[in-house]
Amino acid sequence: MVRIQITVDGQRHEDEVEGRLLLVHYLRDRLGKVGTPVGCDTSNCGSCTVRMDGQSVKSCSVLAVQADGSEITTVEGLATGEWHPVQTAFKECHALQCGYCTPGMIMASIDLLEENPSPSEDEIRHGLEGNLCRCTGYQNIVKAVQYAAAQGGAQ
Amino acid sequence: MTATTEAPAPEVPGRQNVVGTPLRRKEDARLVTGRTRWTDSVAAPGLLHVVILRSPMAHARLTRVDVSGALQRPGIVAAYTGLDLVDDFGGLPTAWTVSEDLKTPSHFPVARDVVRYVGDAVAVVVASSHDAAVDAMEAIEVDYEPLPAVLDMEQAMADGSPLVHDDIGTNTCFTYHEEHGSYQASKAKADVLLTRRYVNQRLIPNAMEPRSVVVDPTGAADSFTIWSSTQVPHFVRIFMALVCGIPEHKIRVIAPDVGGGFGSKLDIYAEEAICLGLAKRLHRPVKWTASRSEDYQATIHGRDVIQDVEIAATSDGKMLGLRVDLLTDMGAYLQLLTPSIALLGRYMYPAIYKFETHSFHCTGVFSNKTPTDAYRGAGRPEATFAIERAVDDLAAHLHLDPIELRRRNWITHDEFPYTTVCGLEYDSGNYEAATDKALELFGYDALRAEQAERRRSNDPVQLGIGVSTYTEMCGLAPSRWLGEQGYVAGGWERATVRMTPLGKVEVVSGTSPHGQGHATTFSQIAADALGVPFEDVEVIVNDTAAVPWGLDTYGSRSLVVGGTAVRRAAEGVVEKAKLLAAHLFEADPADLEFDSGTFRVKGTPSATKTIQELAFASFTSHTMAEGSDAILTADHLVDPETFSFPHGTHLCAVEVDTETGMTKIRRYVCVDDIGKVVNPMIVEGQVHGGVAQGIAQALYEEAVYDDAGNLVTGSLVDYLVPAAPDLPTFETDRTETPSTTNPLGVKGVGEAGTIASTPAVVNAVVDALRHLGVDDVRMACTPERVWRAIHGARGSDDPAPAGSVVYGGATTETTAGGRLT
Amino acid sequence: MIPAQFDYVRASSVDEAVAALAEHGDEAKVMAGGQSLIPLLRLRLSYPEVVVDVGRVAEMAGVREDGAHLVIGAMTTHHEVIHNELIRRHCGLIAEATETVADPAVRHRGTFGGALAHADPAGDLPAVALALDAEMVIAGSGGRRTVPAEEFFLDYLQTAVQPDEVLVEVRVPKLGEGWGYRYEKFHRVAQSWAIVGVAAAVRRSNGTIAEARVGLTNMGSTPVRASGVEEALNGASLERIGEAADRAAEGTSAPSDLNGKADYREHLARVLTRRAVTAAAGS
Repeated sequence: MVRIQITVDGQRHEDEVEGRLLLVHYLRDRLGKVGTPVGCDTSNCGSCTVRMDGQSVKSCSVLAVQADGSEITTVEGLATGEWHPVQTAFKECHALQCGYCTPGMIMASIDLLEENPSPSEDEIRHGLEGNLCRCTGYQNIVKAVQYAAAQGGAQ
Repeated sequence: MTATTEAPAPEVPGRQNVVGTPLRRKEDARLVTGRTRWTDSVAAPGLLHVVILRSPMAHARLTRVDVSGALQRPGIVAAYTGLDLVDDFGGLPTAWTVSEDLKTPSHFPVARDVVRYVGDAVAVVVASSHDAAVDAMEAIEVDYEPLPAVLDMEQAMADGSPLVHDDIGTNTCFTYHEEHGSYQASKAKADVLLTRRYVNQRLIPNAMEPRSVVVDPTGAADSFTIWSSTQVPHFVRIFMALVCGIPEHKIRVIAPDVGGGFGSKLDIYAEEAICLGLAKRLHRPVKWTASRSEDYQATIHGRDVIQDVEIAATSDGKMLGLRVDLLTDMGAYLQLLTPSIALLGRYMYPAIYKFETHSFHCTGVFSNKTPTDAYRGAGRPEATFAIERAVDDLAAHLHLDPIELRRRNWITHDEFPYTTVCGLEYDSGNYEAATDKALELFGYDALRAEQAERRRSNDPVQLGIGVSTYTEMCGLAPSRWLGEQGYVAGGWERATVRMTPLGKVEVVSGTSPHGQGHATTFSQIAADALGVPFEDVEVIVNDTAAVPWGLDTYGSRSLVVGGTAVRRAAEGVVEKAKLLAAHLFEADPADLEFDSGTFRVKGTPSATKTIQELAFASFTSHTMAEGSDAILTADHLVDPETFSFPHGTHLCAVEVDTETGMTKIRRYVCVDDIGKVVNPMIVEGQVHGGVAQGIAQALYEEAVYDDAGNLVTGSLVDYLVPAAPDLPTFETDRTETPSTTNPLGVKGVGEAGTIASTPAVVNAVVDALRHLGVDDVRMACTPERVWRAIHGARGSDDPAPAGSVVYGGATTETTAGGRLT
Repeated sequence: MIPAQFDYVRASSVDEAVAALAEHGDEAKVMAGGQSLIPLLRLRLSYPEVVVDVGRVAEMAGVREDGAHLVIGAMTTHHEVIHNELIRRHCGLIAEATETVADPAVRHRGTFGGALAHADPAGDLPAVALALDAEMVIAGSGGRRTVPAEEFFLDYLQTAVQPDEVLVEVRVPKLGEGWGYRYEKFHRVAQSWAIVGVAAAVRRSNGTIAEARVGLTNMGSTPVRASGVEEALNGASLERIGEAADRAAEGTSAPSDLNGKADYREHLARVLTRRAVTAAAGS
């Protein structure tokens, strides 16, 4: 067992974990952060994307021990009173249907906008290449990122 | 709060006529903030975790399954073989007896003696944690005696082929034949005969949420609560009662948030029975959740149909007769609707065209692969693909523009209602209008000119234009029709609309959303019918305890059938409210007017009450007449009189790099006619997603088995689901020809995009290469296949060798494609 | 799925990593960002008893100049590589190819050294390292040694790094004046691996090609240098690029798999080499 200390959505946690424990399972099973779902076992789908020290990562491909000392933000930690503009944009633009990919898609979109506050359509599509959606055909997701960018983006 | 006999005023001034407007979805607040409840997130006190050991062999006899090693591992509560569980559940059901000769093999949730596909369950482990269960699973010892695997449909039907099911004695699951008029007579009149073989490859549906089941046996009165990632909670309840021998009234099924289905969760699965059986046996809540790779083996696949198509036509472009002969792969067992899928498309082969005759033949074949079943469109994408590919091919042969050939053969708008050669009555449509609009948006003539120029200059990047003028039949379905077809259930839908004491509205629907936005759409319908604010409506679905009657969501039925029930039930509430208002006003009901949620006594402007105010009066019943039923609730059951027939024109322009074979979609334009629209935003989203899945079939996706029956595309690494950069921006528009068969005037939209788009894309790919001698490219149109098609046509290279993985899921290569005579 | 159990060792220095590897030998696996390893562990395709995490070894991260070379720490993430000014200025081919690796989230965790040590011939960076004549600095209990890229990639997923060694940094000769470059990646969807990739660096002089380096992705069990092409391009005029590119498949042993049979890959190698070299030559 390894002792780790992680801050998740602003709350500090200390735990003993097995080396093999995936960050996503730590979040879901230990901390009850079930807003972040698991969609695959090969790091392709991006449903489990969270932000780790300000960068998007696939939490199914990070060991909890690797996240020791890190700050994690999940989709549940985005809204501080008000929704994050990207959350609003996803609703406004109908960028989700079943919603399973949405937490990861939102986290990846925030990451994209922080790096590039006014991306072109092509840059948005490539910036989201690590996140699969089966419902929307991506068109309204692209639109949502454009909408969020126009509203001032990543904040 | 102070008690008062006055009903509170609405919090928000009533907005009227929200039907037809793009209201934002009610569902989204939870989904964008992570306040979700997927089945895998459901926790119960004392929860145990189930994992399933699956066969690595496509076909083998189990000579020994020894779970004792697993039982020694820490945290293990139980481990069972199939033979240990014979008393816990029986075989899984098939609900559609498509023909008298249908062979239905035994299908046990855990195999007892023989495994028949890679992924067939062999043993189960139950542990206090998922990790412990997975670790222990590796300690189970199994001896497999290999049996020959059956993988190719045509070989499976040959004499002497090994059998998937020895006891059945044949690999032919069923044969089905239907004749409408004499195709031979049409053929005799024809001077052109187009003969083609098309292949709809095997696909993996890939709902983003892998399947998951939780069963809690600790409910009151020895009852069981099942949470399942399913499209069909009502079916699950009925069939779990039958499969596990548990009284129906002791079972409650909840489909919580469900992360997409696309048909793959329209089924009764082994894991539902396994979890229910284990929960009953162990008296503990249990959970099973598939990993993605496990889901690829254990959740149904789609399509996998070989289509021999013949069109008898005249040289001036009149299509007379259509002959279709299908081979459809069942996989190893029959799931809920497996044998019916290819047949669901049989009336859609004649499509929008005025054929005189239609001959249809279909053979279902067993193989040692994952069972197939419904995948978005279920039978209709296959039909539309074949007919729209064939029409483009015929146009090329006749040197006609593909649009022109369609114009010469389609049903014109003034011919509706039109009874097709199959005897279906299409209620309404306007193919000319949709096509004209699409052509204009697309800039058809300019693109044709560019195509000519690229051909002339021998540009390495060629332009192709593909057409698909589809219709489909959805809104499943008239119960009488389903009964005639040998289906065990009906196709009605039921809704309850009720006002709560404080004037809010609850809509209870038997449909079961999993991403479509029912809560929003049904709220719009109820809000308008009752004249209450959209925000005051709550939609209750997906729980058999709260919604005892329902037939769930699939086949683009929710709005057409379920939405109609909501509308009718809401009208029923208005009728009851009117009687109540009349009583309170001491007026004759006939003297009451209802508009925008308010009842008025004609000629007495001061005498008004909103329906929300009446709800409170109804609740208190202080002034009710004796014996009156003033509670503002109404039920309605809708059994559709016919199907819904959306249609549209999809146009695709592709650029094909003839050096590499890579295809890139340059334009995608679609004009769909789905009748009246309740929420245009949601409708557009359905079109986008549908088109994306159809494009994915055309260009990217294919479930490939190797010659030992292993699923080679066993994870998302190898099964290519397109991401955002792989799809174009879709240019969508609509025409609106209301349906005449439901009060909303709506037609289904959930599957239309998928049905329409696949042939548009493949037609475009072929169109780009026709001048090089190419007349077909098999799906998925991979760069390699395109490159080989070009080289094969030039005679400089063989097309892909028969049976190689180059042709993937459909290894049958007994013809080299079509021929023209 | 969840990985099988392993002991986790976090190294905070190269010495600690080497010591841990010396102790556990064959049973240990080095983890950098984990973006290739963790999926393999999850699918239980790999069962190490010990995982030695070098992801936080500070001396293995970062990029510096050393005369005519850039020295790229093995733990430099793909994201850092893409945005690193030195790499963009002196070895732009690496940045360009790295932009095509996986997706942004994976690039935040995955590392340059990890990708090279994983040595997947379908990976984009091995061919680039080979084309650029990179040198691998490997640390073991006996000290450090430097292995040229040509001798580094031994076979499928196999390198010159021994079980008790770790790849510490990569020395890449700077591309000076007159060099152009291009990474042509051919794949079916954004996330998929290269069916074939071509890394080309070309130095022009007086309108002809003075020197060319071409590395091929996924044309054998290791990345391959297209030496026939390089030879034909030496001193060639730009018009001869096509002819030279026709030699791209010489000496390769392309795999046949779901995405392409060998003959198709050979064809692609020729087409893509022509395109990559043409772009690199700026014509």
